[in-house]
Amino acid sequence: MHRIKVKVVEDALDANATIARANRDDFDRHGMTVVNMMSSPGAGKTALLEAGLRGLEGVRAGVLEGDVQGSYDADRIAHLHIPVAQIQTQNGFGGECHLDANMVRSGLNALPLDLLDLLIVENVGNLVCPAEFRIGEDKRIMVTSVTEGEDKPLKYPLMFRACELVLVNKIDLLPHLDFDLDLFLHHLDAVNPGARKLLVSARTGDGVEEWREWLYYTAQGAKATA
Amino acid sequence: MSLATAVVDVAVRHAAGRRVTAVELRVGGMRQVVPSSLSFYFAICGRDTLCEDARLEQVIVPTRLRCEKCESEWEPDLPFFFCASCASSDVKVVGGEEFEIESIIVEEDKEEAACTASK
Repeated sequence: MHRIKVKVVEDALDANATIARANRDDFDRHGMTVVNMMSSPGAGKTALLEAGLRGLEGVRAGVLEGDVQGSYDADRIAHLHIPVAQIQTQNGFGGECHLDANMVRSGLNALPLDLLDLLIVENVGNLVCPAEFRIGEDKRIMVTSVTEGEDKPLKYPLMFRACELVLVNKIDLLPHLDFDLDLFLHHLDAVNPGARKLLVSARTGDGVEEWREWLYYTAQGAKATA
Repeated sequence: MSLATAVVDVAVRHAAGRRVTAVELRVGGMRQVVPSSLSFYFAICGRDTLCEDARLEQVIVPTRLRCEKCESEWEPDLPFFFCASCASSDVKVVGGEEFEIESIIVEEDKEEAACTASK
C-alpha cells in the first residue's frame, strides 16, 4: 500500500453550479425572471414582499419560501392570493442555513411556472451561506435594516457584493436609533460601488412604490427577451 | 456543513474507490470560510466515506484586487473596492474567490498502481 497524489483542480461547488444552470434553463424556457432575495433573519424580507407584491399590476408573480422549518412566511404570502410554495431545509444538520440550487429545483414542481412572469425566492435568513450558492437566478437582491449596524457591508462583503439591489428597510426607526445612514451608505459604496439602493419602510410604505417599480421593470425585462 | 459536504463529494468522486488520506483545498480570502469550522465539519461529513480520517489542508489565497483603469494591483486590508491610486471604482477581484480542490492523496496497493501505470 502506498500513497499517490491525484490532481483535481475543481471548484468544490461545481455540482451546485450545474444544477443552477439547469434551473436557469428552465426559468428561461418559461420566460420567467427569478429574483433571489437574501438578508439576515428579521430584516423584513416577507414584510417587503407583502408590501411590494400587493398592488403590483401587470406582473404575474409567485414566491418560493425557504425556511429552516414552518410555513409562517408562506402563509403570510398566501393571503395575497398569489402562488407560493415552501421549502423547509430542516433535513440538513440542524437545518440548512441557505437554499442551494437543488433545494430550489425540488420546490419548483409546486408552482405553476407557465403562469408566472416573476418568481421571488425568499432565501433563509443568513448573511453568510446564501451568498455562496447560486440557484439559477437572474438577479440577487438583499434586504438590510437600520437596526443592524453601519458596519455590516464590511463584515459580510461577499453578501453585499453579490447583489445588485440593496433595500435598506425600517427607515421609519431612524429617529430612534444611533444608526449613521451616511456611514452605512459609504461602506456599501466601498464594497459594492454599482449597487442600487432603496430606502424603504415596509411598515409605513416609504419607498415601497419604488420597490414595486423595480419588481415591475425586472419582470418586464425578462418577458421582453423571452 | 454544505461546503464540507461538497468537498467530501468531490474528493470521493476523484478517489475512484481508493481511501483518501488528505485533501488540499484552496480557499480565497473573499470566501466567508472559517478554516477551523470547515475542518470540523469535514471530519463529520467524511465519516463512513472514503474521506474518513482524511486530513483537510487549507491553503488560504489572499484577496487581490486590480484597478481596470490604472492597472495597479493590491491586497486590501478592508473590503474597499476603490483604487487607492486613481480612486476608480472599476475594480476587479483577481484573487481570493477560490474554493477549489487542488489535489487529493489516496492510498493505492501495488497491484492497483501497476494496473494504473500500464494504462
